[in-house]
Amino acid sequence: MALERSDVLNIAHLARLAIAEQDIPEYARNLSNILDFVAQMEAVDTTGVEPMAHPMDASQRLREDQVSETDERAHFQAIAPATEAGLYLVPKVIE
Amino acid sequence: MEWEVVIGLEIHAQLATKSKIFSGAATAYGAEPNTQACTIDLGMPGVLPVLNREAVHMAAKLGLAIGAEVARRSVFARKNYFYPDLPKGYQISQYELPVVANGHLNIELEEGITKRIGITRAHLEEDAGKSLHEDFHGMSGIDLNRAGTPLLEIVSEPDLRSAKEAVAYMKKLHSLVRYLEICDGNMQEGSFRCDANVSVRPLGQAAFGTRAEVKNLNSFRFVEKAIEYEVTRQIALIESGGKVVQETRLYDPDKGETRSMRAKEEANDYRYFPDPDLLPLVIDDAFVAAARASLPELPDEKKQRFVADYGLSNYDAGVLTATRELGDYYEQVVKCSAVDAKLAANWVMGDLSAALNKSGKEIGESTVSAEMLGGMLKRIADDTISGKIAKEVFEAMWAGEGDADAVIEKKGLKQITDSSAIEQIIDDVIAANPDNVAAYRSGKDKLFGFFVGQVMKATGGKANPGQVNELLKQKLNG
Amino acid sequence: MHDKTIAQLAAGLAQREFSSVELTTALLARIKARDGELNAFITVTEELALAQAQAADQRIQAGSAAPLTGIPLAQKDIFCTNGVKTSCGSKMLDNFIAPYDATVVRRFNEAGAVMVGKTNMDEFAMGSSNETSFYGPVKNPWDLAAVPGGSSGGSAAAVAARLVPGATGTDTGGSIRQPAALCGITGIKPTYGRVSRWGMIAFASSLDQGGPMATTAEDCALMLEAMAGFDTRDSTSADLPVPSYQATLANDIKGLRIGLPKEYFGEGLDPAVAKVIEQAIDEYRRLGAEVVEISLPNTHLAVPTYYVVAPAECSSNLSRFDGVRYGYRCEAPKNLEDLYKRSRGEGFGPEVQRRIMIGTYALSAGYYDAYYLKAQKLRHLISDDFKRAFTQVDVIMGPTSPTVAFNIGEKTADPVTMYLSDIYTIAVNLAGVPGMSLPVGFVEGRPVGMQLIGNYFDEARLLNVAHKFQQATDWHARLPEAFKA
Repeated sequence: MALERSDVLNIAHLARLAIAEQDIPEYARNLSNILDFVAQMEAVDTTGVEPMAHPMDASQRLREDQVSETDERAHFQAIAPATEAGLYLVPKVIE
Repeated sequence: MEWEVVIGLEIHAQLATKSKIFSGAATAYGAEPNTQACTIDLGMPGVLPVLNREAVHMAAKLGLAIGAEVARRSVFARKNYFYPDLPKGYQISQYELPVVANGHLNIELEEGITKRIGITRAHLEEDAGKSLHEDFHGMSGIDLNRAGTPLLEIVSEPDLRSAKEAVAYMKKLHSLVRYLEICDGNMQEGSFRCDANVSVRPLGQAAFGTRAEVKNLNSFRFVEKAIEYEVTRQIALIESGGKVVQETRLYDPDKGETRSMRAKEEANDYRYFPDPDLLPLVIDDAFVAAARASLPELPDEKKQRFVADYGLSNYDAGVLTATRELGDYYEQVVKCSAVDAKLAANWVMGDLSAALNKSGKEIGESTVSAEMLGGMLKRIADDTISGKIAKEVFEAMWAGEGDADAVIEKKGLKQITDSSAIEQIIDDVIAANPDNVAAYRSGKDKLFGFFVGQVMKATGGKANPGQVNELLKQKLNG
Repeated sequence: MHDKTIAQLAAGLAQREFSSVELTTALLARIKARDGELNAFITVTEELALAQAQAADQRIQAGSAAPLTGIPLAQKDIFCTNGVKTSCGSKMLDNFIAPYDATVVRRFNEAGAVMVGKTNMDEFAMGSSNETSFYGPVKNPWDLAAVPGGSSGGSAAAVAARLVPGATGTDTGGSIRQPAALCGITGIKPTYGRVSRWGMIAFASSLDQGGPMATTAEDCALMLEAMAGFDTRDSTSADLPVPSYQATLANDIKGLRIGLPKEYFGEGLDPAVAKVIEQAIDEYRRLGAEVVEISLPNTHLAVPTYYVVAPAECSSNLSRFDGVRYGYRCEAPKNLEDLYKRSRGEGFGPEVQRRIMIGTYALSAGYYDAYYLKAQKLRHLISDDFKRAFTQVDVIMGPTSPTVAFNIGEKTADPVTMYLSDIYTIAVNLAGVPGMSLPVGFVEGRPVGMQLIGNYFDEARLLNVAHKFQQATDWHARLPEAFKA
């Protein structure tokens, strides 16, 4: 599976990664190699095999509906890149 | 060409839990920004979700109330996309296996016809935060208090054929979630929100037309207006040779239009996959039984009972069961007044509803309690006051002047039922109007009304009208 | 004091041979003097360590000490530590002061352990050589030209050089066992769900598991007892009691059934490593174990399956690093998209970006079934291999890694070659069973690790089986020549 330049750009966009123009060929080659490698999977017949999402054969535990957290905004926002009036600031969101 | 409108609604109901769906942060509305966002809601590195039992219980209640299957096994999945109000870069939702599937709701159309609307599924998910677009030096501010609030997304089949049907369905569901006490239904605060999938097709065509998804519909009126606008737009587009594009559109209530949200549309490949931080949600018989046991009487059941027990019309019963609170209020009035249930219905739907509307109050905030209204109706029944005087009593009660007996007492509104007192007044009226008496006796029957008026005037309207009529007749004819 | 095990140090503290403050001071001095050669630590928490040591001494005085009270330990920099930088080996979190404690950290704190620092690691635990760290590669104490393995390379090197008697690691595809093997120490990856993942920065949530790294199985038992246990904050945490691992350490292993998977001894295994492993197996025969050949027929599928499942989960897990609420944010973003793309593009290193992209691709529309769903089905087959094997044997043994430590820079050119160094460890994570590595010899001066794989929640047996070996041999007690003093 050889990835094209456009595939790399599309994936990088979906993943919101800025990649430098000069790195695109290497990404394309590395990613293609990895995909070729994992293509071994295709050879196996998995008809009737249940997908396994998780090693634990258990079910979800449920929490009681209780408020257990207190306001720690100052603590949390001390490590934030940009805040004002208790809000996290980001470049303008256009809808 | 004749067109058929096809609508499906996706309704997001915020579940009325105390804490969030996956964290122990509070869900209360209106807190200072980011003061109800804990490490989990903020998507801090290393945090993990644990599911709120109550949210599942509420989902099961809705499932049972709409005759759906409550899935014994459902799975949480991640919906991946980047947006500043989505802290983890994914929303935990349910995709392939939702908690509720295959339900329905009956709506009443204006012609008195009942229509069954299919509900494809209802799934649990977490709400996002809010972007505030006030200008912070050209930046937007992000408040994550709402992030992680439990949502039940209720998806209808494309069974709705007009904006009116869509609104009727939405109102019915709104009433239901409030009956079930799983959602406060506050649309202004965004507790009950709607996206509408709208398409049109030539009447008789089986295949669906291309649909547009209209977002941001946070009132019944907006749903109606937005759908009407969208239908008109699509028909005009097709008739002028254009094609409807499958897209997301935003309703602008100020302009009354929908507009394309192209920015959000591009490349929405959500890459759903089962959330490895959560295990499959397994609901056993006991859990479903507990949800069933907690169901209140549902709106349709209550309505039928009102028709049967109180002899109300279908329409009146429908109005009185629109919300659980109104139905409860009405029943309390009937119980306290021990009068004709129909009279009680007239008062609740008439003067009380008018007063509530006028003051913008909910039934739960009424200054006139069910006990007070019932107490007043009792005074009509025992002839203490007339129906006409009752209106004055009601207004005084509404103004906070006390209960009916106190108002009647204070204002001296007690009906005069003492025959000798009424006779005395009649004698006075007859004595003061000899000419009219003579005219009446010579055959001018119409003057009877004049005498009644004079007597009522003299008593300030407090004389029992039946007694006045009877005694007047005796005296004038005698 | 640096050459003592945790068990020996605990005895010394209990008998007041030395105080925790003395011990901690000595080790902090050793770290200061020697870590320049290794780069095993990202952060040394001297002040905090001395305060904790003082508190520990008081606790020992008061007679309320737990087994680890006063013992200096290091935390892999993947565990959140309240008020202390938690970088995960990434520029993305270089400025991240964690606002809360991981459950593992909290448990060690409650046990009275002393945290001397946070150890270096592959960026976001993605790597097998510690070369992807933003803070530079870690050197192997046995040979400074060699890698220590990864991703818990800093912890492995720190323990091997006796800068600390024990450290935590995390293991998603071999990240405890492989560096333990390459550095000649002992490490155990418990059963998935045994140790809480709360506060452990996620790489691949369905595979990640924290565990101890120390010089002996006995020390691993001591540490695991403190780390393990049910946690209401982790939905995938197992609600099962934690047995006393120490209590069964010395149990007789006569009649133990050992399975050697033929797939673990085939092509790709360095013959010199194979020989050392066979000698270790002979030692087990002498201890009375029965050795049989078994088959794990889907072994060859483990690496490809893993390199779909792990990147898929990581692509989603790492979406939260967006420059909005914490961590790296690019300079002067032009708009929202620019903020995301540059913060992530500049904040993540190339291997992390590669895995995010592979995972994004594997989950994207049109490819989900061929990659992600297929991998999940193969995961089932791989898992069934182990379930079948454990009906025949008590424990599975084989090499931890196909080779001894390779040189720094040797495998960085081709990701796939690097991925294959985890060929024997990855299936264990896919199945969720516990796995362990213990030192069993050397090839040209570099340590060889043997892997022990147990049935679900059978850590006690693994520790027991490893301990019996260590009672009979002294590989675990050897120190690199340069770090003896």
